[in-house]
Amino acid sequence: MVGIIGYGGYVPKYRIKSEVIAKVWGEDPDRIKKGLGINEKAIASSDEDAATLAVEAAKIALQRAGIPPKKLGALYVGSESHPYAVKPTATIVAEAIGATPDLTAADLEFACKAGTAGIQMCMGMVGAGMIEYGMAIGTDTSQGRPGDALEYSTGCGAAAYIIGKDAESLAIIEDTHSFTTDTPDFWRRNKADYPSHGGRFTGPPAYFKHVKSAALGLMKKMNTKVEDYDYFVFHQPNGKFPKAVAKMLGVPPEKIADGLLTPNIGNTYSGASPLGLANVLDIAKAGDRIFVTSFGSGAGSDAFSIKVTDKIKNREKGKPVSEFIAHKEYVDYATYAKYRRKFKGM
Amino acid sequence: MRKVAIVGVGMTKFGEHWDRGFRDLVTEAGVKALEDAGMSGAEISAGYVGTMAAGSLIGQEHTGALIADYMGLNPIPITRVEGACASGSLALRQGLMAVASGMHDVVVVGGVEKMTDLDTAEVSEILGGAGDQEWELFLGATFPGLYAMMARRYMHDYKATSEMLASVAVKNHKHGSMNQFAQYQNEITIQDVLDSKMVADPLRILDCSPLTDGAAAVVLAPLDIAKKYTDTPIEIVASAQASDTIALHNRSSITGVKAAEIAAQAAYKQAGVSPSQIKVAEVHDCFTIAEIMAIEDLGFFPKGKGGEASLNGETQIGAKIPINTSGGLKAAGHPVGATGVKQAVELTWQLQGEAGKRQVSGADVGLSHNVGGSGATAVVHIYKRVN
Repeated sequence: MVGIIGYGGYVPKYRIKSEVIAKVWGEDPDRIKKGLGINEKAIASSDEDAATLAVEAAKIALQRAGIPPKKLGALYVGSESHPYAVKPTATIVAEAIGATPDLTAADLEFACKAGTAGIQMCMGMVGAGMIEYGMAIGTDTSQGRPGDALEYSTGCGAAAYIIGKDAESLAIIEDTHSFTTDTPDFWRRNKADYPSHGGRFTGPPAYFKHVKSAALGLMKKMNTKVEDYDYFVFHQPNGKFPKAVAKMLGVPPEKIADGLLTPNIGNTYSGASPLGLANVLDIAKAGDRIFVTSFGSGAGSDAFSIKVTDKIKNREKGKPVSEFIAHKEYVDYATYAKYRRKFKGM
Repeated sequence: MRKVAIVGVGMTKFGEHWDRGFRDLVTEAGVKALEDAGMSGAEISAGYVGTMAAGSLIGQEHTGALIADYMGLNPIPITRVEGACASGSLALRQGLMAVASGMHDVVVVGGVEKMTDLDTAEVSEILGGAGDQEWELFLGATFPGLYAMMARRYMHDYKATSEMLASVAVKNHKHGSMNQFAQYQNEITIQDVLDSKMVADPLRILDCSPLTDGAAAVVLAPLDIAKKYTDTPIEIVASAQASDTIALHNRSSITGVKAAEIAAQAAYKQAGVSPSQIKVAEVHDCFTIAEIMAIEDLGFFPKGKGGEASLNGETQIGAKIPINTSGGLKAAGHPVGATGVKQAVELTWQLQGEAGKRQVSGADVGLSHNVGGSGATAVVHIYKRVN
């Protein structure tokens, strides 16, 4: 078996409140906050992008793993906001953390689940003995069209995971199961600045069907049940969907609270469920079991069953996610529009 | 002219049918209606279908032929009829005239719309085609905008309140909660409506009917052979249609729909009944204000009193005149071309005593009121239980 030997999360410090965005578009702030379950979102500054966010998270993962970066045999960066259409983010990150040149690297895209897809790829390579360690990162500076419902939820953040053998792991990945179909609930065409989405079609036939099917599929495969887990982390496109899917699966609200970050940082897309897991790993104790289910539009879900080991004490070597969330500075809409490059002509 | 009766009805659930297409929906409704009449397709000699915008919504024209093909009805003639949101009632009227005239004996009438393949903005633009593109829509008006102007003038002239408008939606959701075919089967409160998102002042999202996929169908036959197909034929005793200016700004009054008033008077005359004899009615509540105007245009309440009557619960099941027992367009949903036919289906069930929890006791005469656009077309039918 394989597991997580190091992990790191990063959330940029700037925040914009939902009510500030609502005011610009003449929407009722209370209805937005209640409807989406999002109070504020984290945004990257002018000098940040999906690559720099990934580097921040990767460095923390390395601190916790305590391995030299050159030992990484693979590095995958999952994002839907890769700075380049052609030219890998993964090479930028690998060079920045000192992992080059003897490794394989590639960029991944699967809407909000490219990060967990990277974890599965590393699991396969480590499990097969092709590499000793692999790093998978989910990172995004996600895009929401000004005035669209997505503008309230599209946040920025990243999480990195180093996958290695189970004996060295601070948390063992017991098993994984995916559920994938061609469901066009959300997309961004080539050269489009902002994504399109199918409104409520993103719910029942997309998010709920895939998250539920992947989660139930894994529990069936492993013969486990909700009661066997101490924490659940679901993909969190807003504050409501993860709560609703937890209810459908019979997961009590207290088991999802620690992995649910969207109300305060927005949906960090490829970073979302990986960051939720990082926040849970920051507080879990040896023996705890964590169930994670990501979701990427298009559509697919990856479910993971994770068991924390006594090596979890290594987390002390890195900064917890909660510190990044607490360290914040609010900006107004104009500053946010500048930081997120929403002005034409910039 | 022969007397004509409905001898079979059927409909799909109304809602967001993401996994089903136009042809699936209309075929399901048609087959259900034939099954209800206990007949095979071989007995049908013609068909009429109402659909407003299949060409724009799903890129499919020539829908009559498509339906004949998919329902296995070739080579009988099937004709598409279009009159915006009144398309369904127009199809019913064509079917009725075909049987009454003796041109055809047994006719199937369908209404269908598949609306959720496009996003809301695109659908809104397409629905704008029900108004005057050149003078209204190109200049920025939307359908909620047109009805909002009617609402504002009505509220100004008759001191109507937002609570009165909201009470229409509350009542229709209550009725819809008892209808398994309704898109929305949840109850709402006046406060929910007043707190909902503003669309076009004073109309909020819960004052508006939704975008819906769905289909409905009825089978018509001469009354004298109707008992061959059903023990409870429902006779259509009146069918009237009237037209008005397509643009709202050319009307002498916008606090009522004159075409509906004219069609209603003609229908009452044909049927030989008065408004007080109607026991149940399905009216065109595309927006809450539209139902308030409808119940006045139909003569159920004096001009200016429809809002108060709604707020006082006089239009609920069990009260003075139960309006929209199906949930209306607001709660049952509004697949545009299907709506007029769905009204006939609901009234058939009511007059047959088959409406379940929402059954109006003693319902023997019913009325449907279907409006196209902001009132340029109006169709009224009156139905009677055959004793």
